[in-house]
Amino acid sequence: MVEDAVKTFPDECCGFMFGVEDEDGNRIITEMLVVDNSKPGDKTRRFEISPLDYLKAEQYAEDKNWILLGIYHSHPKHPAIPSEHDRKAAQPYFSYTIISVMDKDTIAIKSWRLNEEEQFDEEKLIDFQFTQ
Amino acid sequence: MATVIIPTPLRKFTNNTARLEVKAGNIHDTIRELTTNFPDLKKHLLNEKGEVRSFVNIFIGNDDIRNLQQEKTAVKEDTVISIIPAIAGGSPDQP
Repeated sequence: MVEDAVKTFPDECCGFMFGVEDEDGNRIITEMLVVDNSKPGDKTRRFEISPLDYLKAEQYAEDKNWILLGIYHSHPKHPAIPSEHDRKAAQPYFSYTIISVMDKDTIAIKSWRLNEEEQFDEEKLIDFQFTQ
Repeated sequence: MATVIIPTPLRKFTNNTARLEVKAGNIHDTIRELTTNFPDLKKHLLNEKGEVRSFVNIFIGNDDIRNLQQEKTAVKEDTVISIIPAIAGGSPDQP
């Protein structure tokens, strides 16, 4: 995920996160799937995932008996805080993990989920590590 | 009956059911059948005017109904309909 964000910089990257939920509702990510940012034109501040890539991700989850838990994307030169664009397009249930890449050495990651009022709450990341 | 595949984020509104069967003969009636049986789906599928929301894509196989007959697109016994949420977002406009 971080590798994708750094490689794609200064454009936004995106992909899917798969895994399981334990009995306490903790989400354990077991695999990620990198997909193309299908946003036409300037990709430095926007991302889109094509419907066909979405269909494949749902099928992949079903085949592997995993849950499609969410989406990751990067915010090049911006903090890992969801924008209004993110909030308006966000789906219930999904975790939205954002990788902030201020430059190739300054990276931060936060994860968010919509609450019942359709506002983002931050999710706690546990046992989370990344290397560059 | 035709099959509708519910995307993961909306399954909490369909009793965690991923695949539903519908009797409807076209897409318009399919959506109404779903929102009648699962009323909490309505605000996620339809706007205030009762039209399919712009953030929602409906596919038959790999074809977007916008490239077919839109909501009038016929649904047969073996049709598989996918509801696909638009996935998008991005950084704020101002740094």
